[in-house]
Amino acid sequence: MQNTKLEVKNLQISFSHEGNQVNAVRDVSFSLGQEKLAIVGESGSGKSTVGRSLLKLHPKNATVEAEKLLFGDIDLLKASEKTMRDIRGRRISMIMQDPKYSLNPVMKVGDQIAEAYLAHYKVSKKIAQEKALVMLEKVQIRDPKRVYSLYPHEVSGGMGQRVMIAMMLIPEPEIIIADEPTSALDVSVQRQVLNLLDELINESNIGLIFISHDLDLVRNYCDRVLVMYAGRVVESIKASELENAHHPYTQGLLKAPPRIGDIRHRLPTLERDPSWLYN
Amino acid sequence: MMTNSTMASSATSKSTSAGMVMLLQMLVHGSKRIIHNPLTAAGLFVVMLLLIVAMFAPWIATHNPLAQELSNSLQPPSSEHWFGTDEFGRDIFSRLVYGSRITLYIITLVTVIVGPIGLAIGTISGYFGGVIDTIFMRITDIFISFPGLVLALAFVAALGPGLEHAVIAIALTSWPPIARLARAETLQLRKADYIVAVQLQGASSTRIIFRHIVPMCLSSVIVRLTMNMAGIILTAAGLGFLGLGAQAPLPEWGAMISTGRSYMLEHWWLVAAPGAAIMLVSLAFNLLGDGLRDLLDPRN
Amino acid sequence: MNMINIEGLNLSFGSGSNESKILHDVNIQVKAGESFGLVGESGSGKTTVLRCLAGQYHHWSGQLSVNGNSLQHKLDKKRCIDMQMVFQDPYGSLHPRHSIETALAEPLKIHKMDNKDQRISSILKKVGLDDSFRYRSPHQLSGGQRQRVAIARALILEPQILLLDEPTSALDVSVQAEILNLLKELKEKEGLTYLMVTHDLGVVTYLCDRVAVMQNGHIVETISSSNLANHGASEPYTKMLLDCCYHTEARLNDTTSFAN
Repeated sequence: MQNTKLEVKNLQISFSHEGNQVNAVRDVSFSLGQEKLAIVGESGSGKSTVGRSLLKLHPKNATVEAEKLLFGDIDLLKASEKTMRDIRGRRISMIMQDPKYSLNPVMKVGDQIAEAYLAHYKVSKKIAQEKALVMLEKVQIRDPKRVYSLYPHEVSGGMGQRVMIAMMLIPEPEIIIADEPTSALDVSVQRQVLNLLDELINESNIGLIFISHDLDLVRNYCDRVLVMYAGRVVESIKASELENAHHPYTQGLLKAPPRIGDIRHRLPTLERDPSWLYN
Repeated sequence: MMTNSTMASSATSKSTSAGMVMLLQMLVHGSKRIIHNPLTAAGLFVVMLLLIVAMFAPWIATHNPLAQELSNSLQPPSSEHWFGTDEFGRDIFSRLVYGSRITLYIITLVTVIVGPIGLAIGTISGYFGGVIDTIFMRITDIFISFPGLVLALAFVAALGPGLEHAVIAIALTSWPPIARLARAETLQLRKADYIVAVQLQGASSTRIIFRHIVPMCLSSVIVRLTMNMAGIILTAAGLGFLGLGAQAPLPEWGAMISTGRSYMLEHWWLVAAPGAAIMLVSLAFNLLGDGLRDLLDPRN
Repeated sequence: MNMINIEGLNLSFGSGSNESKILHDVNIQVKAGESFGLVGESGSGKTTVLRCLAGQYHHWSGQLSVNGNSLQHKLDKKRCIDMQMVFQDPYGSLHPRHSIETALAEPLKIHKMDNKDQRISSILKKVGLDDSFRYRSPHQLSGGQRQRVAIARALILEPQILLLDEPTSALDVSVQAEILNLLKELKEKEGLTYLMVTHDLGVVTYLCDRVAVMQNGHIVETISSSNLANHGASEPYTKMLLDCCYHTEARLNDTTSFAN
C-alpha cells in the first residue's frame, strides 16, 4: 500500500488485575493508509482497547507490546509522554461515542473548538475563533455564529457530534480514530453525520479507524474491515467482499440481525468454537 | 468448592446459605483489599485493639481503676504505674483501659440510634418526594443549623448531666447528615429500572424502601457512620470535659482530661495519656472510614 | 376483544407557558395474542406510552384499559398480574444486591403465591437457564443472561401482556438473536400479548404483527409488518425511516434529502 500512515504488527495488550494477567488483545496487525478501516467486534472483543492504545490512552494497569507500532517514522512504543502529547489531538485525534460526555458542559461549544486549535498552534485567540467559525460552517451547521455561543446542553445529539467532529478536525490531524461515533444517534441523524465525516476525510486525506459493533453500517461506509473476536483479528477483508467472508464468526455476525421483512422463523445464533482462539 | 459444600449441607435453607456464601466471599475479598492499604489496616488495627481492650479490661488493667491511694498520688510513669497516677493515686493506665468501655458504649449507642433514624428519614423523604420530603428536610435543616455541641449542651442542661443524656444529646445532633446522605442516594435510585420493576410487581412503598432501597444506601451510610464515630468520640469527650457527660468517678477520657487540667503543668501525664487515647481512636475511625469508602463505594 | 386499549392518551409536563406536550391523542388497540410495535426516534414519545401503561406517570388523560379493565392513574395489584415489563438495560434492571432467586421470589412474595420453589425452577427453565443460576448474583451474569432473568421475572406472575422497552438494543447482535428467538418462542407457547418499543425496524418486523410509527408524540401511521416490508407505507416519515434502515443495500451518497 502506498503512503502508509500507521503500521501495527503483533500488538499485544494485557491487563494486570490483582495479580492476574488478562490478555485483552493478541497478535493484532494492520496498516492504515489514506482509507477508512473498520474494526468490528462485539463487546469485550478488545476493539476499543486497540483504539485507545494507539494514542497510549490505556489505563495504568495495561501493558502494551508490539513488534511494530509505527506512526509515520515515530515509534509509538518508545515515544515519550511529551511526544505523545504533540501527537494526540494534533496528528491523531479521537471521536468518542457520546458528545454529551465528551464536551465540557460549562464552556461554549465554539470556544471548545477554538481551544482545540489553540492547544496546538501559536496563534491569537481572535484567529482561533475565526477558524472555529469556519470549521462550524464546514460541518454543515447552518448558523455558525449562533451555535458558537451555545452550551453543550443546548445542542442536539447530532449537532453535538458535529461539534465534536469540528473539534477533532480543526488541528488538521492525519488520522482520526472514531469509537462508535454514531451509536448514540438516531438513524436519520447518524447518516448525515457519517456522510459529513466521509466528505471531510476525503477532502483532507485523513486516515480513519472506525470502531463499531455494527457490521451493516461498516460494510457500506468503510473500505476495509477487521473483525475482532476475543482480542484477536479473526478476519481482515475488503468491505465490498464481506458477503464472501470465510470465518464462521463473521458469517454469524452478518446473519444474526433480523432485517425488514425477514421471513426466517428463527434467527441463527452464533455457535462459538473454541478453536477460533488458536489460529 | 465453598459454594458446593455449603449448598449440599443445607438443602432446606438454600437461599440463606447462598447469601451467606456471597457475604463471606465479599468479606474475604474485602479484607484482602483493606490489608492492601496500610493506613486502613492501621485504622482497623487500632479499632480492633480498642474492642479487645474493652472486652478484656479486667484482665488487661493492672489496678482497680476506682481504687484510691492518696499516699501514692500524682506519681510519674513508672514500671508500677505505666502511665502514672492521678490526684487520688488511681492508676491512669487502668482508668484508660476501663474508659475504653465507656467510649465504646457511647459510640455503639449513638450509632444504633442515629443509623436507623437517619436512614429511615432519608430514604422515606427521598422516595416519596413532594410534601413529605419538604417537611422532613426542613426539620433536618433545623437540626443541622444548630452547632452540635451547643445543642447537646442545651439538652444535657435540660435533662441533667449523665452518660445516657449525653448519648441522647449527641444522637440528636448527628442524625441529620446521615438523613441527607440517604436521601441523596435514594433520589438517584428512585428512577432506577429495578425499582420501577418492583413497583410494577405491585410492591408496597414500605417494602420497596426497606427491601430494595435501604440495602443500596447501606454501604455509604456505614462509611459515613464510621467517619462520624471520630466526631462522636470528640463530642463525648467535650461533654465529659465540661462535666456534662459521664460523672465522677467513672473513668471517661474527656472527664479525665478535665480533672487533670488543674495539675497539667507539673504532671503532664494526667492529660497526655487520655488525650493521646482520644486522638488515636478518632484518627483510627477516620482512617477506617476512608478505607471502607474505597471498599464499599459501588462507583469503584 | 382488545387486550390493550389506548384511546386519546395525552400527557404533558410543566404548566402555563412552560407546558410541553409529550403525547398527542395516542390511540392504540392491541388484540389478545398479538404483538404490536411502537417505533420512532428518540424523543418521539414511544417509551412514554409504555411508561403510562406501567403506571410511572399519574397525570395522563384519556382512556387506558388492559384486559377489559380500565386503568386508574395509580398502580394496583390487578394491573401487575395482567401486565409486566422488560427493560432496555439489562445492567440496570436487576437489583445489584439481590441474587437471582431473591429477585424471582420477590413478586411471588408480594402476591403471596404458593409453590415458590417450583415456580422459580420452571420459569428459569422456560427462559433457558438452569437451576444453578438461582444462587448467582447479577454481576456474575452476562448481558444476555441478565436479560433472560429479567424476562423470567416478568413472566413469573403469569401475566398476559409483556411491555418490552427496547429489550435487545443494549445487547450484541448475536445475543440479540437469542433473546428475540426466546421472545418469539414464549409468545407462541404462552399466547402472550406484546407491546414493544424499539428504534430498530428489523427487530420490529421480525417480532411484531403490527407497527405504529411515532414522531413528536403523534402516531404518524399504523401499519402491518408485512405491509411495511412490502413498501406499503404511505407516510413520508415512515418511508424515511425505512430508507435509513435499507442503507445496507445502497451506498450512502445522498446527504441533502435527509437534511432537516
